[in-house]
Amino acid sequence: MSAALAIHGLTKSFGGLRVTRGVNLAVEPGERRLIIGPNGAGKTTLFNLITGDLRTDSGRIEFFGRNITRAPNRHRAHLGMARTFQIITLFPRETLLRNVMLSLLGLSKLRWNPFIRFDRLTVLAEPARDALARVGLDHLAHRPLSETSYGERRRIEIAMALAQNPRVLLLDEPLAGLSADERRDVHRLIVSIPRDVTILMIEHDMDVALEIADRITLLHFGEVVVEGTRAEVVQDPRTREVYLGE
Amino acid sequence: MSLRHALSTPDAEKASLSTRLLALGIVLALLVTVPIWVPNSYYVNICSQILIWAVFALGLNILVGYAGLVSLGQSGLFGIACYTAAYLVSIGTPHFEAGLAAIGLAIVTSAVFAVLSLRTTGISFLMITLALGEILWGIAYRWVSVTGGDNGISVNTRPTPFGISLASPSAFYYSTLIIFLVVVAAMYVFVESPFGISLRGTRDQARRMTTLGYNVWLIRFLAFMFSGLIAGVAGLQFFYYEKFVSPYVLSLSTSATVLLMVISGGVATLLGPIVGAALVIVMQYVVSAYIQQWNLVLGAIFVAIILFMPEGLVPGSLRLWRALRRRRGSAPAVVTVPVEPES
Ligand SMILES: Nc1ncnc2c1ncn2[C@@H]1O[C@H](COP(=O)(O)OP(=O)(O)OP(=O)(O)O)[C@@H](O)[C@H]1O
Ligand SMILES: [Mg+2]
Repeated sequence: MSAALAIHGLTKSFGGLRVTRGVNLAVEPGERRLIIGPNGAGKTTLFNLITGDLRTDSGRIEFFGRNITRAPNRHRAHLGMARTFQIITLFPRETLLRNVMLSLLGLSKLRWNPFIRFDRLTVLAEPARDALARVGLDHLAHRPLSETSYGERRRIEIAMALAQNPRVLLLDEPLAGLSADERRDVHRLIVSIPRDVTILMIEHDMDVALEIADRITLLHFGEVVVEGTRAEVVQDPRTREVYLGE
Repeated sequence: MSLRHALSTPDAEKASLSTRLLALGIVLALLVTVPIWVPNSYYVNICSQILIWAVFALGLNILVGYAGLVSLGQSGLFGIACYTAAYLVSIGTPHFEAGLAAIGLAIVTSAVFAVLSLRTTGISFLMITLALGEILWGIAYRWVSVTGGDNGISVNTRPTPFGISLASPSAFYYSTLIIFLVVVAAMYVFVESPFGISLRGTRDQARRMTTLGYNVWLIRFLAFMFSGLIAGVAGLQFFYYEKFVSPYVLSLSTSATVLLMVISGGVATLLGPIVGAALVIVMQYVVSAYIQQWNLVLGAIFVAIILFMPEGLVPGSLRLWRALRRRRGSAPAVVTVPVEPES
């Protein structure tokens, strides 16, 4: 069986700045992969390359054995890739429910329909409510997004990605900026995601992240420095070097 | 939309629905009886003009308001419909075919405009659309054998749909009213449809939309063509209203006028472009009869709108009205959730 995500020799530069340098990565179906690394290591850039937000300079990306290196990011969404953003990227003028409905609409043929009322689409509203319930926000379904807290928005990011029923889910610092209580909730939520979803997660909070991860990839200056199981990566001297500074 | 959030009790919702239906009924009755209560045909003609420009502005609002793409080339789409119809009618083509060709060419032109301008957004989009509009204006000026150059093209007949002559001001008014109502209804449905919501999504979070699986470019392209269709309809009506076409219809001034209508009335609202069109046309034709410097007055009004109601007349008035009501404390039955939907 082919890997959920297989990356070969991926590179990306911004001007003279080489942000991704020959990254290889193979993530098995159902795996929980943690990506760590200091600020500016190129973690988010790697996600942007995987989702197609950025074009690769060279290298190859395979999604369940299918070459998607040149596929535009909307196609990757339709193939079953969903992500959350490190910098919250939601629709501030819409309600929570409509935010999640928009996420569902993106994969539905109904999105081209100019004649029916969006609000009446129970085929979207019902699963959207379920997704909100999964992140514990269904009681705020009709609140405009602009009136929600930061922690709630982080969870809506996750709800929107989950609503699409992805095969591979990329979470970019899902715990950033959350209170201890909110962290616990989101932690539980991520643990509860069934194993038919493969998860790649960038996270700085090691207590939570290490608990979730099956394997860990350590990025530094755009390169994979260490990769292995939890124990392997934690014990590796290079990990200490990267984090404590040479 | 904001109203719906503000009124959260079912009773209040019912009340607001019936008041709104009542208001709608009154407005419709007033519109239908214009030729009866409006004193003379000069003013009936002004009402026709308002409706034509309102249609034009509603079409532009698809781009400016709902797609977040500020176009200064809308006159190109409007004008090409005017010229196509004028030229074809002047060489003896039947009105029906000429009208179809005019609207068809406006749509084709909007597709070309869209392909060239949708590489960008923001100020570059504005500059490209402006340049495209200017090119068409230049062609109309120079291609004298077809367009008549500065002299333009005049015709002496209006169409007779279903055997009804549109020669009189009131007959023509009714034709513009029907088209206006159809366009308003279409916009009303469109804005809250999945496609309309998607279009607004591309305005607010284009990157997120792409990540969610939407084809942002195609959504904008289709919206541009829809806008072009409506501009074409408005252009065709404008030509038949004037029975004359000159390069003015393709000028930057026309693009700017319709854009001002949208902005002063309120972008991304259904009523805004209509109110904006009424404001500008009334200033131009009614106030100008009393005040020579009506241009200055209009300018002052625009400045006042931008200073005091930057969101436009319609959303601005709603905001003021709500604030007033809250201060008087005269809304105990309505549970008002603090809503700032446009932030
Ligand atoms: N679009 C861009 N244009 C130019 N430089 C960029 C761009 N995106 C990222 N960079 C640069 O690439 C480097 C890696 O950025 P990236 O966001 O991938 O880091 P990161 O590992 O996610 O860091 P953090 O932990 O702070 O989120 C940084 O130096 C950043 O400034
Ligand atoms: Mg990052």
